[in-house]
Amino acid sequence: MADASAYVKTNAEIQVYDDDVRAEDVAGQWQLMWWRFKRHKVAVIAGICVLFIYLVGIFAEFLSPMDPNDHHTRYTYAPPQNVDLFHDGQWLPHVKGYQVEIDQFTLRRTFVTDEEKIIPIGLFVKGDEYKMWGLIPWDRHLIGPLNPRDPFYLWGADRLGRDMLSRVIHGARVSMSIGLVGVAISLVLGIILGGISGYFGGWIDNAIQRIIEFLKSIPTIPLWMGLAAAIPLTWEPLYVYFAITVLISLIGWTGLAREVRGKVISMKGDDFVIAARLDGLRTNKIITRHLVPSFLSHIIAQTTLAIPDMILSETALSFLGIGLQPPIVSWGVLLKEAQNINAVATAPWLMIPGLAVVFAVLTLNFLGDGMRDAADPYSHH
Amino acid sequence: MHIYIFKRVLMMIPTLILISIVAFLVIQLPPGDFLTALTAGMEGRMTPEEIAYLRERYGLNDPMWLQYWKWISGIVFEGDFGYSFQWRRPVSELIWSHLGLTVLISFVTLLFVWAVSFPIGVLSAVRQYSFSDYFFTFIGFIGLATPNFLLALVLMYVGFKYFGQSVGGLFSPEYQNAPWSWAKLGDLMAHLWIPIIVIGTAKTAELIRVMRANLLDELHKPYVATARSKGLGEMRTLIKYPIRIALNPFISTIGWVLPSLVSGAVITAVVLNLPTTGPLLLGALRSQDMYLAGSFILMLSTLTVVGTLISDILLAWLDPRIRYQ
Repeated sequence: MADASAYVKTNAEIQVYDDDVRAEDVAGQWQLMWWRFKRHKVAVIAGICVLFIYLVGIFAEFLSPMDPNDHHTRYTYAPPQNVDLFHDGQWLPHVKGYQVEIDQFTLRRTFVTDEEKIIPIGLFVKGDEYKMWGLIPWDRHLIGPLNPRDPFYLWGADRLGRDMLSRVIHGARVSMSIGLVGVAISLVLGIILGGISGYFGGWIDNAIQRIIEFLKSIPTIPLWMGLAAAIPLTWEPLYVYFAITVLISLIGWTGLAREVRGKVISMKGDDFVIAARLDGLRTNKIITRHLVPSFLSHIIAQTTLAIPDMILSETALSFLGIGLQPPIVSWGVLLKEAQNINAVATAPWLMIPGLAVVFAVLTLNFLGDGMRDAADPYSHH
Repeated sequence: MHIYIFKRVLMMIPTLILISIVAFLVIQLPPGDFLTALTAGMEGRMTPEEIAYLRERYGLNDPMWLQYWKWISGIVFEGDFGYSFQWRRPVSELIWSHLGLTVLISFVTLLFVWAVSFPIGVLSAVRQYSFSDYFFTFIGFIGLATPNFLLALVLMYVGFKYFGQSVGGLFSPEYQNAPWSWAKLGDLMAHLWIPIIVIGTAKTAELIRVMRANLLDELHKPYVATARSKGLGEMRTLIKYPIRIALNPFISTIGWVLPSLVSGAVITAVVLNLPTTGPLLLGALRSQDMYLAGSFILMLSTLTVVGTLISDILLAWLDPRIRYQ
C-alpha cells in the first residue's frame, strides 16, 4: 500500500500525459469506424452514389419529366434526344423534335431529328399532375419541355411511347425499396434464428443449421418461380409487391443468420456476457442488450451486402414475368420489354434499366465492402 | 472413407424428403386442384371417366398427407411423375431430355468457372495490388453486379446487330432434330459457349475472390517462409504448399456454386431460348401445369443435392482431416 503514493501523479505530470493521448485512443467505436470508412475512398464515393439513387427513388414523381405510365403511340420507340444549351449563339436550352419517315417497303417507322423544330426546355416546369408520395398534389417537374405537349424523351421511348427516363426513375423507387424491405425482413429472421442458434447451441443449433443448409442447397430461382407463380393474378399491386418481397427474404435470411450465429458463438464466452448472466439478466435481454449492439456494426455491413442480392432476385423474377406486374414499374418489369431481341435491336435504350441495376448493385457492393472493412476498427490490415 | 460416404448418404435422405415436401407444396399452392383448372380449360375434351380415373389415381379426395404419399411413392417406385395437362403427356416423358441438357450445361459451366477463376485467383494473390490484381478485381465486381440474363441480352444484341445472326438456342436449325453425330456435337459446342459464359461469369468473379483471399491467408504463414529459406524455387513453393491448402475451400464451394449455377441456367435458358428446363418450367408455371412444374423443382433440387454429395466425397478424398472427423 505504501507504493500507492508512487502512482499518484502531480497535476503537471497528468498534463504531460494528456498531451500524449491520441484521438484514436479515446474515440468511441462508431467514431473509429467512421474514420476508417472515410479512408476507403471507393466506398465513400459508392456511398454517395447509393444515397443519390435512394434520393432519386424518394423524389421520383418530381424528378421524372413525365408520368411513367403516360403513353403516346405517336412516339413508339422514339430515340433519345440530345439537349442543346444554345441556339444561334443565344442561350436557349432545347431539344429537337422528331420527324417520322415511313419506309415504303417494310412500313417500318423511323424517327429522324427535325432540325427545324426547337422544343425549349426548362427547370421546374409545369407538367403532368401527380401526387407526391401519393399525398401532396403538385405539377412541377425538375426538368421538362416548357410546353407539356411537346415530346421530351431524353432516354428514348418504349413500345407504347412512354418515357424511359421517367420509368427508370420510378423503377428506382420500387427496386431499391424492395431491397430495403426484403433485407429488413431477412435481418429480423436472421438475428432471431441466428442468435438462438448460436446462443443455445445443442440440438436447437443443429436443427436451425440443417434448415439453413437445406435452404442453401436448393436452387433458388426454380423455387421462387414456383412460389411466385402461386400469387393470384387478381391481387392488388401492393400485395404482390409485399408477397414478392417476403418470398425473396424467406430464402435470403440464411446468410445473415450464419453471420449472427458465428458472432454470437465467438462472443458468448466473453467476460461481459458472463457478467451479465451472473447478474441474473434474462437470455433475451443478454442477446438484445449486450450481444446485438456489439456485433451490430458487422451485421449492418453484411446487410448492405445482402441488398444487391435482393435487387437482383426481384429483377430476375419480374424479368421472367412472374414477379411484379405492370402497372408497377420496377427495373425488372422494364427489362421484360427488352426480352424481344427485335425490339432491342430497334431500340437499344430499352436496356438502360439494366445499366441502372448494374450501377445500383455495384455501388451497394463497394459500399458494403468498405463498411465491412470499417466494421472491425480494432483489426490491423 | 466408406463409413464417411455411408454417413453422408444417410444425411442426404432427410434433405431429399424435405425437398419433395416443398415441391409438393408448390404443386398444391394454386387455389383449387389441378383438375378443376383442367376441366375448365379443356371443356369436353376429356371424358368423365378419364377425369374420375385421374381423380382416383392422384387421390384428390384423400387427405393431404395421403396425396403426398401417393405422389412421391409413384415417383420413387414407378417413376411416375404425374400428368402434364399442357402437353397431354406423362411428365416423365418430358423431363428427362430437358434435365439432361441442364445437367450438361451446369456441369460444363462449373468446369469453366473453376478453370478460369483458379489461375486468375492465384495470380491476383501472388501479385497483390498489381495492375492485373486491380484489373481482375474490377472485372470481378462488374461480373458480380450484372444479372446473367442481362449479359445474355447484351450478347444477343451484339450478335444480332454486328454479326447478323441470332445467338440463341443450342443447335443450328439443320441439327435441331437430327440424330446425334459428331457434326451435331460440334454444332452443340459452337453454341454452348455463350450460355456457359453467361451463366458462369458471376460465379467466376466470386470464386476469384475466394481463391485470392484463401491464398493470401496462406502466403504469409511461416511454413511458406521455411520452404523459401531452404532454397525452394518460388513456383515450386507455391504449387507444393500454399496452393494445395488454399484449394480445399475452393473445391468445397461447389456446395453453393452448383445451386446458383442451376438457378442461372434456368433463367438464362429462358432468355437464350435453350431447350433445357428453363422455358419448360416457366411455361408450366404460367399455365399452372403443376405436376410438370413440381417435378422440375423436385428434380433440379435433387440433382443439386447429389452434386453437393459428390463434391463432399471428393473433398473427403482430398483432405483426410474431413474423413476422420
